[in-house]
Amino acid sequence: MSDNKAASRARIGDKIFTRLTLFFGLLIVAILIGLLIALNLDAWPAIQKFGVSFLTSIEWDPVKEEFGALPAIYGTLLSSLIGLVIAVPISLGSAIFLSELAPEWMRKPCSFLIEMLAAIPSVIIGLWGLYVMVPFIRNPVEIWLGSNLGFLPLFQGPPFGVGFLSAGIILAIMVIPIITAVSREAVRAVPLTQREAMLALGATRWEVITRSVLPYCRSGLVGAVILGLGRALGETMAVTMVIGNSYALSASLFSPGSTIASKVASEFNEASGDLYIGSLIELALVLFAITLLVNIIARLLVWRTVSTRGTGE
Amino acid sequence: MNMGGGYMRRKQLSRLMLVLCGCAAGIVIITLVLILGYTLINGISYLSLDFITQPSKPVGEAGGGMRDDIYGTFILVGLASLIALPVGLMAGIFLAEFAGPKAAAAIRFAADILAGVPSIIIGVFAYAILVRPMHTYSAISAGVALAIIMIPVVARTAEESLRLVPNSQREAALALGISRWRITLGVIMPGAITGIVTGIMLAVARIAGETAPLIFTALGSAFGVQGLAEPIGALPLQIYRYALSPYSDWQKQAWAAAFLLVVLVLGINIIVRLVSSRKKM
Repeated sequence: MSDNKAASRARIGDKIFTRLTLFFGLLIVAILIGLLIALNLDAWPAIQKFGVSFLTSIEWDPVKEEFGALPAIYGTLLSSLIGLVIAVPISLGSAIFLSELAPEWMRKPCSFLIEMLAAIPSVIIGLWGLYVMVPFIRNPVEIWLGSNLGFLPLFQGPPFGVGFLSAGIILAIMVIPIITAVSREAVRAVPLTQREAMLALGATRWEVITRSVLPYCRSGLVGAVILGLGRALGETMAVTMVIGNSYALSASLFSPGSTIASKVASEFNEASGDLYIGSLIELALVLFAITLLVNIIARLLVWRTVSTRGTGE
Repeated sequence: MNMGGGYMRRKQLSRLMLVLCGCAAGIVIITLVLILGYTLINGISYLSLDFITQPSKPVGEAGGGMRDDIYGTFILVGLASLIALPVGLMAGIFLAEFAGPKAAAAIRFAADILAGVPSIIIGVFAYAILVRPMHTYSAISAGVALAIIMIPVVARTAEESLRLVPNSQREAALALGISRWRITLGVIMPGAITGIVTGIMLAVARIAGETAPLIFTALGSAFGVQGLAEPIGALPLQIYRYALSPYSDWQKQAWAAAFLLVVLVLGINIIVRLVSSRKKM
Protein backbone atom coordinates (compact mmCIF):
# COMPACT_ATOMS: atom_id res chain seq x y z
CA MET A 1 0.00 0.00 0.00
CA SER A 2 2.53 2.59 1.12
CA ASP A 3 4.80 1.54 -1.73
CA ASN A 4 2.03 2.33 -4.15
CA LYS A 5 1.46 5.69 -2.56
CA ALA A 6 5.12 6.55 -2.80
CA ALA A 7 5.21 5.44 -6.40
CA SER A 8 2.21 7.53 -7.34
CA ARG A 9 3.68 10.51 -5.53
CA ALA A 10 6.87 10.06 -7.51
CA ARG A 11 4.84 9.88 -10.70
CA ILE A 12 3.11 13.15 -9.88
CA GLY A 13 6.43 14.73 -9.04
CA ASP A 14 7.81 13.56 -12.36
CA LYS A 15 4.82 14.90 -14.19
CA ILE A 16 5.12 18.33 -12.59
CA PHE A 17 8.86 18.47 -13.20
CA THR A 18 8.60 17.40 -16.82
CA ARG A 19 5.81 19.90 -17.47
CA LEU A 20 7.87 22.61 -15.82
CA THR A 21 10.89 21.96 -18.03
CA LEU A 22 8.61 21.84 -21.06
CA PHE A 23 7.17 25.21 -20.03
CA PHE A 24 10.60 26.84 -19.87
CA GLY A 25 11.61 25.23 -23.15
CA LEU A 26 8.54 26.63 -24.83
CA LEU A 27 9.25 29.98 -23.20
CA ILE A 28 12.25 30.32 -25.52
CA VAL A 29 9.99 29.86 -28.52
CA ALA A 30 7.53 32.31 -26.97
CA ILE A 31 10.23 34.95 -26.49
CA LEU A 32 11.16 34.71 -30.15
CA ILE A 33 7.55 34.99 -31.29
CA GLY A 34 6.88 37.76 -28.77
CA LEU A 35 9.87 39.65 -30.13
CA LEU A 36 8.48 39.50 -33.65
CA ILE A 37 5.01 40.58 -32.56
CA ALA A 38 6.21 43.42 -30.31
CA LEU A 39 8.54 44.86 -32.97
CA ASN A 40 5.82 44.70 -35.61
CA LEU A 41 3.28 46.37 -33.33
CA ASP A 42 5.59 49.22 -32.40
CA ALA A 43 6.81 49.65 -35.97
CA TRP A 44 3.24 49.67 -37.28
CA PRO A 45 2.81 53.48 -37.54
CA ALA A 46 5.86 53.61 -39.82
CA ILE A 47 4.97 50.47 -41.78
CA GLN A 48 1.49 51.86 -42.41
CA LYS A 49 2.65 55.33 -43.41
CA PHE A 50 5.61 54.51 -45.65
CA GLY A 51 4.92 51.01 -46.91
CA VAL A 52 7.60 49.62 -49.21
CA SER A 53 8.99 53.08 -49.93
CA PHE A 54 10.59 52.94 -46.47
CA LEU A 55 13.16 50.56 -47.93
CA THR A 56 13.98 52.71 -50.97
CA SER A 57 13.79 56.25 -49.63
CA ILE A 58 16.99 58.10 -48.68
CA GLU A 59 15.18 60.74 -46.63
CA TRP A 60 15.62 60.88 -42.83
CA ASP A 61 14.02 64.04 -41.58
CA PRO A 62 12.51 63.94 -38.06
CA VAL A 63 11.16 67.49 -38.45
CA LYS A 64 9.14 66.72 -41.57
CA GLU A 65 8.59 63.16 -40.33
CA GLU A 66 9.94 61.60 -43.52
CA PHE A 67 11.88 58.40 -42.93
CA GLY A 68 13.65 56.03 -45.31
CA ALA A 69 16.04 53.19 -44.65
CA LEU A 70 18.13 52.96 -47.80
CA PRO A 71 21.30 54.74 -46.57
CA ALA A 72 21.30 52.62 -43.40
CA ILE A 73 20.78 49.38 -45.33
CA TYR A 74 23.52 50.42 -47.76
CA GLY A 75 25.85 51.29 -44.90
CA THR A 76 25.16 47.98 -43.17
CA LEU A 77 25.88 45.94 -46.28
CA LEU A 78 28.90 48.01 -47.34
CA SER A 79 30.64 48.00 -43.96
CA SER A 80 30.01 44.25 -43.57
CA LEU A 81 31.35 43.63 -47.06
CA ILE A 82 34.53 45.59 -46.32
CA GLY A 83 34.81 43.66 -43.07
CA LEU A 84 34.54 40.30 -44.86
CA VAL A 85 36.97 41.26 -47.63
CA ILE A 86 39.57 41.91 -44.93
CA ALA A 87 38.55 39.16 -42.51
CA VAL A 88 38.15 36.17 -44.84
CA PRO A 89 41.74 35.83 -46.09
CA ILE A 90 43.16 36.52 -42.62
CA SER A 91 40.77 34.06 -40.96
CA LEU A 92 41.33 31.32 -43.51
CA GLY A 93 45.08 31.81 -43.26
CA SER A 94 44.91 31.62 -39.48
CA ALA A 95 42.67 28.56 -39.57
CA ILE A 96 45.04 26.77 -41.97
CA PHE A 97 47.99 27.78 -39.83
CA LEU A 98 46.33 26.57 -36.63
CA SER A 99 45.11 23.24 -37.98
CA GLU A 100 47.74 22.27 -40.56
CA LEU A 101 51.01 24.07 -40.02
CA ALA A 102 51.60 25.22 -36.47
CA PRO A 103 53.68 22.98 -34.26
CA GLU A 104 51.58 21.16 -31.67
CA TRP A 105 52.68 23.29 -28.71
CA MET A 106 51.61 26.49 -30.46
CA ARG A 107 48.10 25.48 -31.42
CA LYS A 108 46.34 25.74 -28.08
CA PRO A 109 47.83 29.06 -26.95
CA CYS A 110 47.19 30.63 -30.37
CA SER A 111 43.58 29.45 -30.48
CA PHE A 112 43.17 30.71 -26.93
CA LEU A 113 44.44 34.19 -27.84
CA ILE A 114 42.12 34.40 -30.82
CA GLU A 115 39.20 33.41 -28.59
CA MET A 116 40.21 36.18 -26.20
CA LEU A 117 39.88 38.67 -29.05
CA ALA A 118 36.29 37.49 -29.43
CA ALA A 119 35.65 38.01 -25.72
CA ILE A 120 36.65 41.69 -25.64
CA PRO A 121 33.46 43.76 -25.29
CA SER A 122 32.45 45.62 -28.41
CA VAL A 123 32.47 49.01 -26.70
CA ILE A 124 36.14 48.62 -25.83
CA ILE A 125 37.05 47.75 -29.41
CA GLY A 126 35.10 50.87 -30.36
CA LEU A 127 37.02 52.98 -27.87
CA TRP A 128 40.31 51.69 -29.22
CA GLY A 129 39.07 52.15 -32.77
CA LEU A 130 38.08 55.74 -32.17
CA TYR A 131 41.21 56.93 -30.38
CA VAL A 132 43.96 54.69 -31.77
CA MET A 133 42.89 53.26 -35.12
CA VAL A 134 40.91 56.14 -36.66
CA PRO A 135 43.76 58.69 -36.47
CA PHE A 136 46.02 56.11 -38.10
CA ILE A 137 43.45 55.41 -40.82
CA ARG A 138 43.08 59.14 -41.56
CA ASN A 139 46.81 59.66 -41.87
CA PRO A 140 48.64 57.84 -43.39
CA VAL A 141 46.24 55.14 -44.69
CA GLU A 142 43.53 57.26 -46.33
CA ILE A 143 45.95 59.92 -47.53
CA TRP A 144 48.09 57.24 -49.15
CA LEU A 145 45.09 55.51 -50.74
CA GLY A 146 43.75 58.87 -51.95
CA SER A 147 46.97 59.90 -53.65
CA ASN A 148 47.82 56.50 -55.14
CA LEU A 149 44.43 54.93 -55.90
CA GLY A 150 42.39 58.14 -55.98
CA PHE A 151 41.28 57.45 -59.56
CA LEU A 152 38.86 54.87 -58.12
CA PRO A 153 35.61 56.35 -56.79
CA LEU A 154 36.13 54.16 -53.71
CA PHE A 155 39.08 56.24 -52.56
CA GLN A 156 37.95 59.77 -53.37
CA GLY A 157 36.99 62.57 -51.05
CA PRO A 158 38.51 64.09 -47.95
CA PRO A 159 40.07 61.70 -45.42
CA PHE A 160 37.87 61.94 -42.31
CA GLY A 161 39.19 58.88 -40.56
CA VAL A 162 35.73 57.96 -39.29
CA GLY A 163 33.66 56.32 -42.02
CA PHE A 164 32.92 53.10 -43.88
CA LEU A 165 36.58 52.07 -44.12
CA SER A 166 37.18 52.34 -40.39
CA ALA A 167 33.88 50.61 -39.65
CA GLY A 168 34.82 47.79 -42.04
CA ILE A 169 38.22 47.28 -40.41
CA ILE A 170 36.66 47.25 -36.94
CA LEU A 171 34.10 44.70 -38.14
CA ALA A 172 36.90 42.58 -39.57
CA ILE A 173 38.60 42.53 -36.15
CA MET A 174 35.33 41.46 -34.55
CA VAL A 175 34.42 38.64 -36.95
CA ILE A 176 37.90 37.17 -37.50
CA PRO A 177 37.72 35.07 -34.29
CA ILE A 178 34.44 33.40 -35.20
CA ILE A 179 35.34 32.76 -38.84
CA THR A 180 38.71 31.39 -37.74
CA ALA A 181 37.22 29.11 -35.09
CA VAL A 182 34.50 27.64 -37.29
CA SER A 183 36.71 27.16 -40.35
CA ARG A 184 39.41 25.59 -38.19
CA GLU A 185 36.86 22.99 -37.11
CA ALA A 186 35.83 22.47 -40.73
CA VAL A 187 39.44 21.98 -41.85
CA ARG A 188 40.05 19.60 -38.98
CA ALA A 189 37.07 17.50 -40.03
CA VAL A 190 38.77 16.64 -43.34
CA PRO A 191 40.01 13.04 -43.13
CA LEU A 192 43.75 12.47 -43.12
CA THR A 193 43.50 10.11 -46.09
CA GLN A 194 42.55 13.05 -48.32
CA ARG A 195 45.83 14.74 -47.51
CA GLU A 196 47.90 11.57 -47.75
CA ALA A 197 46.48 10.69 -51.17
CA MET A 198 47.38 14.11 -52.49
CA LEU A 199 50.88 14.03 -50.95
CA ALA A 200 51.46 10.59 -52.50
CA LEU A 201 50.80 12.13 -55.90
CA GLY A 202 53.72 14.49 -55.36
CA ALA A 203 51.80 17.58 -54.38
CA THR A 204 53.37 20.29 -52.24
CA ARG A 205 51.78 21.11 -48.89
CA TRP A 206 50.10 24.21 -50.32
CA GLU A 207 48.65 22.16 -53.18
CA VAL A 208 47.34 19.64 -50.68
CA ILE A 209 45.58 22.46 -48.85
CA THR A 210 44.12 24.25 -51.88
CA ARG A 211 43.18 21.23 -54.01
CA SER A 212 42.26 18.65 -51.44
CA VAL A 213 41.56 20.05 -47.97
CA LEU A 214 39.72 23.29 -48.77
CA PRO A 215 37.45 21.86 -51.50
CA TYR A 216 36.54 18.99 -49.19
CA CYS A 217 35.22 21.30 -46.46
CA ARG A 218 34.00 24.05 -48.78
CA SER A 219 30.46 24.28 -47.43
CA GLY A 220 31.74 24.46 -43.85
CA LEU A 221 34.02 27.34 -44.84
CA VAL A 222 31.20 29.16 -46.60
CA GLY A 223 29.08 28.57 -43.50
CA ALA A 224 31.83 30.06 -41.33
CA VAL A 225 32.00 33.17 -43.51
CA ILE A 226 28.24 33.62 -43.50
CA LEU A 227 28.16 33.15 -39.74
CA GLY A 228 30.71 35.96 -39.55
CA LEU A 229 28.55 38.03 -41.87
CA GLY A 230 25.58 37.54 -39.54
CA ARG A 231 27.71 38.82 -36.67
CA ALA A 232 28.99 41.79 -38.66
CA LEU A 233 25.55 42.93 -39.83
CA GLY A 234 24.24 43.29 -36.29
CA GLU A 235 27.38 44.61 -34.61
CA THR A 236 26.50 47.90 -32.97
CA MET A 237 28.71 49.68 -30.48
CA ALA A 238 32.11 49.58 -32.11
CA VAL A 239 30.64 50.53 -35.49
CA THR A 240 28.57 53.37 -34.03
CA MET A 241 31.75 54.82 -32.53
CA VAL A 242 33.84 54.85 -35.72
CA ILE A 243 31.44 55.19 -38.67
CA GLY A 244 30.76 58.91 -38.26
CA ASN A 245 26.94 58.72 -38.18
CA SER A 246 26.07 60.75 -41.23
CA TYR A 247 23.13 59.64 -43.33
CA ALA A 248 24.19 59.61 -46.95
CA LEU A 249 24.75 57.32 -49.90
CA SER A 250 28.34 57.65 -50.94
CA ALA A 251 30.55 55.45 -53.07
CA SER A 252 33.64 56.63 -51.22
CA LEU A 253 34.90 54.40 -48.43
CA PHE A 254 36.30 57.52 -46.72
CA SER A 255 32.82 58.93 -46.30
CA PRO A 256 31.11 58.85 -42.91
CA GLY A 257 27.88 56.87 -42.91
CA SER A 258 25.46 54.86 -40.80
CA THR A 259 24.46 51.25 -40.38
CA ILE A 260 21.02 50.15 -39.27
CA ALA A 261 22.35 49.25 -35.84
CA SER A 262 24.31 52.49 -35.44
CA LYS A 263 21.29 54.55 -36.49
CA VAL A 264 19.09 52.87 -33.90
CA ALA A 265 21.75 53.09 -31.19
CA SER A 266 22.54 56.76 -31.74
CA GLU A 267 19.02 58.14 -32.21
CA PHE A 268 16.64 55.99 -30.19
CA ASN A 269 16.95 57.98 -26.96
CA GLU A 270 16.27 61.32 -28.62
CA ALA A 271 13.42 60.06 -30.78
CA SER A 272 9.99 61.40 -30.00
CA GLY A 273 6.62 60.67 -31.51
CA ASP A 274 5.22 57.31 -32.59
CA LEU A 275 6.28 57.73 -36.20
CA TYR A 276 9.92 58.52 -35.42
CA ILE A 277 10.23 55.70 -32.88
CA GLY A 278 8.22 53.41 -35.18
CA SER A 279 10.66 54.12 -38.02
CA LEU A 280 13.64 53.25 -35.84
CA ILE A 281 11.91 50.04 -34.74
CA GLU A 282 11.12 49.22 -38.36
CA LEU A 283 14.84 49.65 -39.06
CA ALA A 284 15.45 47.09 -36.31
CA LEU A 285 12.93 44.77 -37.99
CA VAL A 286 14.73 45.07 -41.31
CA LEU A 287 17.99 44.18 -39.56
CA PHE A 288 16.27 41.25 -37.85
CA ALA A 289 15.03 39.93 -41.19
CA ILE A 290 18.48 40.22 -42.80
CA THR A 291 20.34 38.54 -39.92
CA LEU A 292 17.70 35.83 -39.62
CA LEU A 293 18.11 34.88 -43.26
CA VAL A 294 21.89 34.96 -43.05
CA ASN A 295 21.99 32.91 -39.84
CA ILE A 296 19.66 30.22 -41.18
CA ILE A 297 21.78 29.81 -44.31
CA ALA A 298 24.92 29.60 -42.20
CA ARG A 299 23.47 26.99 -39.84
CA LEU A 300 22.36 24.80 -42.71
CA LEU A 301 25.82 24.93 -44.29
CA VAL A 302 27.72 24.31 -41.07
CA TRP A 303 25.41 21.44 -40.10
CA ARG A 304 26.01 19.78 -43.43
CA THR A 305 29.77 19.62 -42.99
CA VAL A 306 29.63 18.67 -39.35
CA SER A 307 27.23 15.84 -40.17
CA THR A 308 29.51 14.52 -42.92
CA ARG A 309 32.34 14.44 -40.41
CA GLY A 310 31.14 11.20 -38.86
CA THR A 311 31.16 9.30 -42.14
CA GLY A 312 34.38 10.93 -43.36
CA GLU A 313 36.61 9.60 -40.65
CA MET B 1 60.53 19.12 -70.07
CA ASN B 2 62.12 20.78 -67.12
CA MET B 3 60.38 18.91 -64.35
CA GLY B 4 62.93 19.93 -61.75
CA GLY B 5 62.47 23.68 -62.32
CA GLY B 6 58.68 23.38 -62.17
CA TYR B 7 58.91 21.47 -58.96
CA MET B 8 61.22 24.04 -57.42
CA ARG B 9 58.79 26.80 -58.34
CA ARG B 10 55.85 24.91 -56.86
CA LYS B 11 57.87 24.25 -53.74
CA GLN B 12 58.70 27.95 -53.40
CA LEU B 13 55.10 28.99 -53.95
CA SER B 14 54.07 26.51 -51.30
CA ARG B 15 56.57 27.87 -48.82
CA LEU B 16 55.52 31.46 -49.56
CA MET B 17 51.83 30.73 -49.03
CA LEU B 18 52.48 28.82 -45.82
CA VAL B 19 54.47 31.74 -44.47
CA LEU B 20 51.59 34.06 -45.39
CA CYS B 21 49.21 31.83 -43.42
CA GLY B 22 51.49 32.19 -40.41
CA CYS B 23 51.52 35.96 -40.95
CA ALA B 24 47.71 35.99 -40.94
CA ALA B 25 47.66 34.34 -37.52
CA GLY B 26 50.35 36.80 -36.43
CA ILE B 27 48.25 39.79 -37.53
CA VAL B 28 45.32 38.59 -35.43
CA ILE B 29 47.45 38.16 -32.34
CA ILE B 30 49.19 41.52 -32.85
CA THR B 31 45.78 43.18 -33.08
CA LEU B 32 44.79 41.61 -29.77
CA VAL B 33 48.02 42.80 -28.19
CA LEU B 34 47.51 46.33 -29.54
CA ILE B 35 43.97 46.57 -28.18
CA LEU B 36 44.88 45.17 -24.77
CA GLY B 37 48.11 47.14 -24.63
CA TYR B 38 46.49 50.53 -25.26
CA THR B 39 43.68 49.75 -22.81
CA LEU B 40 46.22 48.75 -20.19
CA ILE B 41 48.48 51.78 -20.63
CA ASN B 42 45.73 54.40 -20.97
CA GLY B 43 43.61 52.78 -18.29
CA ILE B 44 46.20 52.32 -15.58
CA SER B 45 47.46 55.89 -15.82
CA TYR B 46 44.08 57.19 -14.62
CA LEU B 47 43.08 54.36 -12.34
CA SER B 48 43.09 55.05 -8.62
CA LEU B 49 41.21 54.00 -5.52
CA ASP B 50 38.96 57.05 -5.91
CA PHE B 51 37.93 55.86 -9.33
CA ILE B 52 36.39 52.76 -7.82
CA THR B 53 35.03 54.28 -4.61
CA GLN B 54 33.77 57.73 -5.70
CA PRO B 55 30.55 58.61 -7.55
CA SER B 56 30.83 60.49 -10.83
CA LYS B 57 31.17 64.26 -10.84
CA PRO B 58 29.59 66.78 -13.23
CA VAL B 59 31.61 68.19 -16.12
CA GLY B 60 34.19 70.71 -15.04
CA GLU B 61 34.79 69.29 -11.60
CA ALA B 62 37.99 67.33 -11.48
CA GLY B 63 38.11 63.76 -10.24
CA GLY B 64 35.11 61.58 -9.66
CA GLY B 65 34.85 57.87 -10.18
CA MET B 66 32.56 55.18 -11.40
CA ARG B 67 31.45 53.54 -8.19
CA ASP B 68 27.78 53.67 -9.11
CA ASP B 69 28.34 52.30 -12.60
CA ILE B 70 30.44 49.42 -11.32
CA TYR B 71 27.73 48.68 -8.76
CA GLY B 72 25.11 49.03 -11.51
CA THR B 73 26.87 46.52 -13.73
CA PHE B 74 26.88 43.97 -10.91
CA ILE B 75 23.19 44.58 -10.22
CA LEU B 76 22.27 44.19 -13.89
CA VAL B 77 24.31 41.03 -14.29
CA GLY B 78 22.78 39.62 -11.10
CA LEU B 79 19.29 40.49 -12.23
CA ALA B 80 19.82 38.96 -15.65
CA SER B 81 21.27 35.78 -14.11
CA LEU B 82 18.36 35.53 -11.71
CA ILE B 83 15.95 35.48 -14.65
CA ALA B 84 18.03 33.58 -17.18
CA LEU B 85 19.39 30.76 -15.02
CA PRO B 86 16.10 29.03 -14.13
CA VAL B 87 14.74 29.46 -17.64
CA GLY B 88 17.94 28.41 -19.38
CA LEU B 89 18.69 25.47 -17.09
CA MET B 90 15.16 24.07 -17.15
CA ALA B 91 14.98 24.45 -20.91
CA GLY B 92 18.35 22.72 -21.18
CA ILE B 93 17.11 19.87 -18.97
CA PHE B 94 14.00 19.54 -21.13
CA LEU B 95 16.09 19.39 -24.32
CA ALA B 96 18.54 16.84 -22.95
CA GLU B 97 16.26 14.62 -20.88
CA PHE B 98 12.61 14.79 -21.84
CA ALA B 99 11.99 16.32 -25.25
CA GLY B 100 10.82 14.28 -28.20
CA PRO B 101 12.73 14.84 -31.42
CA LYS B 102 10.24 17.32 -32.88
CA ALA B 103 9.85 19.49 -29.78
CA ALA B 104 13.62 19.43 -29.29
CA ALA B 105 14.26 20.51 -32.88
CA ALA B 106 11.78 23.40 -32.60
CA ILE B 107 13.16 24.69 -29.31
CA ARG B 108 16.76 24.24 -30.38
CA PHE B 109 16.03 26.14 -33.57
CA ALA B 110 14.36 28.97 -31.62
CA ALA B 111 17.30 29.11 -29.21
CA ASP B 112 19.84 29.26 -32.04
CA ILE B 113 17.89 31.98 -33.82
CA LEU B 114 17.52 33.94 -30.58
CA ALA B 115 21.25 33.63 -29.94
CA GLY B 116 21.91 35.12 -33.38
CA VAL B 117 19.63 38.14 -32.97
CA PRO B 118 21.77 41.30 -32.70
CA SER B 119 21.80 42.52 -29.11
CA ILE B 120 20.54 45.96 -30.10
CA ILE B 121 17.31 44.36 -31.32
CA ILE B 122 16.88 42.65 -27.95
CA GLY B 123 17.23 46.13 -26.45
CA VAL B 124 14.49 47.46 -28.72
CA PHE B 125 12.32 44.51 -27.66
CA ALA B 126 12.83 45.23 -23.95
CA TYR B 127 12.06 48.88 -24.66
CA ALA B 128 8.81 47.88 -26.39
CA ILE B 129 7.57 45.51 -23.71
CA LEU B 130 8.84 47.20 -20.54
CA VAL B 131 10.08 50.76 -20.95
CA ARG B 132 7.11 51.97 -22.99
CA PRO B 133 4.35 50.53 -20.77
CA MET B 134 6.16 51.59 -17.58
CA HIS B 135 6.91 55.07 -18.97
CA THR B 136 10.39 54.99 -17.52
CA TYR B 137 13.80 53.58 -18.25
CA SER B 138 14.61 51.02 -15.59
CA ALA B 139 17.12 48.56 -14.25
CA ILE B 140 14.56 45.79 -14.59
CA SER B 141 14.08 46.34 -18.33
CA ALA B 142 17.86 46.20 -18.82
CA GLY B 143 18.03 43.06 -16.71
CA VAL B 144 15.37 41.41 -18.87
CA ALA B 145 17.19 42.42 -22.06
CA LEU B 146 20.45 40.91 -20.80
CA ALA B 147 18.57 37.81 -19.61
CA ILE B 148 17.14 37.24 -23.08
CA ILE B 149 20.67 37.34 -24.48
CA MET B 150 21.80 34.90 -21.82
CA ILE B 151 18.96 32.34 -21.96
CA PRO B 152 19.76 30.60 -25.26
CA VAL B 153 23.46 30.34 -24.36
CA VAL B 154 22.72 28.78 -20.97
CA ALA B 155 20.09 26.44 -22.42
CA ARG B 156 22.33 25.09 -25.19
CA THR B 157 25.42 24.64 -23.03
CA ALA B 158 23.35 23.00 -20.28
CA GLU B 159 21.85 20.64 -22.84
CA GLU B 160 25.22 19.70 -24.26
CA SER B 161 26.76 19.12 -20.83
CA LEU B 162 23.82 16.98 -19.67
CA ARG B 163 24.09 14.87 -22.81
CA LEU B 164 27.68 13.99 -21.91
CA VAL B 165 26.55 12.23 -18.72
CA PRO B 166 26.56 8.52 -19.61
CA ASN B 167 23.21 6.77 -19.85
CA SER B 168 24.34 4.06 -17.46
CA GLN B 169 24.08 6.59 -14.63
CA ARG B 170 20.46 7.33 -15.49
CA GLU B 171 19.70 3.62 -15.72
CA ALA B 172 21.45 2.78 -12.46
CA ALA B 173 19.48 5.44 -10.62
CA LEU B 174 16.21 4.40 -12.28
CA ALA B 175 16.84 0.81 -11.25
CA LEU B 176 16.96 1.98 -7.65
CA GLY B 177 13.38 3.21 -8.07
CA ILE B 178 14.23 6.92 -7.80
CA SER B 179 11.89 9.28 -9.61
CA ARG B 180 13.07 11.01 -12.75
CA TRP B 181 13.12 14.53 -11.34
CA ARG B 182 15.29 13.51 -8.39
CA ILE B 183 17.61 11.64 -10.73
CA THR B 184 17.88 14.69 -12.95
CA LEU B 185 18.59 17.12 -10.13
CA GLY B 186 20.52 14.78 -7.85
CA VAL B 187 22.52 12.55 -10.18
CA ILE B 188 22.71 13.97 -13.67
CA MET B 189 23.08 17.67 -12.87
CA PRO B 190 26.03 17.10 -10.49
CA GLY B 191 27.67 14.98 -13.19
CA ALA B 192 27.40 17.79 -15.70
CA ILE B 193 28.06 20.67 -13.33
CA THR B 194 31.49 21.68 -14.70
CA GLY B 195 30.15 22.14 -18.19
CA ILE B 196 27.06 23.95 -16.99
CA VAL B 197 29.00 26.35 -14.78
CA THR B 198 31.46 26.99 -17.61
CA GLY B 199 28.60 27.93 -19.90
CA ILE B 200 27.00 30.17 -17.29
CA MET B 201 30.24 32.00 -16.52
CA LEU B 202 30.98 32.61 -20.21
CA ALA B 203 27.45 33.96 -20.65
CA VAL B 204 27.94 36.22 -17.62
CA ALA B 205 31.21 37.50 -19.05
CA ARG B 206 29.47 38.27 -22.30
CA ILE B 207 26.53 40.20 -20.88
CA ALA B 208 28.78 42.12 -18.46
CA GLY B 209 30.28 43.84 -21.50
CA GLU B 210 27.09 44.31 -23.49
CA THR B 211 26.30 47.93 -24.20
CA ALA B 212 23.83 48.17 -27.06
CA PRO B 213 20.80 46.75 -25.20
CA LEU B 214 21.42 49.09 -22.25
CA ILE B 215 21.29 52.41 -24.12
CA PHE B 216 17.52 52.64 -24.12
CA THR B 217 16.69 50.38 -21.20
CA ALA B 218 19.11 51.20 -18.36
CA LEU B 219 19.84 54.67 -19.78
CA GLY B 220 22.45 55.51 -17.14
CA SER B 221 22.01 57.52 -13.98
CA ALA B 222 23.74 60.53 -12.49
CA PHE B 223 22.20 59.89 -9.10
CA GLY B 224 23.54 56.46 -8.25
CA VAL B 225 21.55 53.28 -7.89
CA GLN B 226 18.02 54.19 -6.81
CA GLY B 227 15.98 51.06 -7.35
CA LEU B 228 15.03 48.47 -9.90
CA ALA B 229 12.27 50.57 -11.44
CA GLU B 230 14.62 53.54 -11.96
CA PRO B 231 17.31 54.23 -14.55
CA ILE B 232 20.68 52.74 -13.63
CA GLY B 233 24.27 53.23 -14.72
CA ALA B 234 26.55 50.53 -16.07
CA LEU B 235 30.26 50.36 -16.80
CA PRO B 236 30.02 49.68 -20.57
CA LEU B 237 27.36 52.37 -20.97
CA GLN B 238 29.58 54.89 -19.27
CA ILE B 239 32.53 53.96 -21.47
CA TYR B 240 30.39 54.67 -24.52
CA ARG B 241 29.11 58.03 -23.19
CA TYR B 242 32.47 59.23 -21.96
CA ALA B 243 34.36 58.08 -25.05
CA LEU B 244 32.12 60.17 -27.29
CA SER B 245 32.18 63.19 -24.97
CA PRO B 246 34.37 66.18 -25.88
CA TYR B 247 35.96 66.42 -22.42
CA SER B 248 39.43 64.98 -22.14
CA ASP B 249 38.91 64.16 -18.46
CA TRP B 250 35.93 61.99 -19.34
CA GLN B 251 37.82 60.35 -22.18
CA LYS B 252 40.54 59.37 -19.73
CA GLN B 253 37.89 57.95 -17.43
CA ALA B 254 36.51 55.93 -20.34
CA TRP B 255 39.92 54.27 -20.73
CA ALA B 256 40.14 53.54 -17.01
CA ALA B 257 36.65 52.03 -17.06
CA ALA B 258 37.59 50.02 -20.17
CA PHE B 259 40.55 48.65 -18.28
CA LEU B 260 38.32 47.54 -15.40
CA LEU B 261 35.84 45.95 -17.80
CA VAL B 262 38.58 44.09 -19.69
CA VAL B 263 39.98 42.75 -16.42
CA LEU B 264 36.51 41.59 -15.38
CA VAL B 265 35.50 40.00 -18.69
CA LEU B 266 38.81 38.46 -19.73
CA GLY B 267 39.44 37.45 -16.11
CA ILE B 268 36.27 35.37 -16.05
CA ASN B 269 37.10 33.87 -19.44
CA ILE B 270 40.64 32.92 -18.48
CA ILE B 271 39.71 31.45 -15.09
CA VAL B 272 36.85 29.43 -16.58
CA ARG B 273 39.05 28.02 -19.31
CA LEU B 274 41.87 27.14 -16.92
CA VAL B 275 39.51 25.38 -14.53
CA SER B 276 37.61 23.48 -17.18
CA SER B 277 40.75 22.34 -19.01
CA ARG B 278 42.24 21.09 -15.75
CA LYS B 279 39.06 19.13 -14.99
CA LYS B 280 39.28 17.38 -18.36
CA MET B 281 42.81 16.15 -17.66
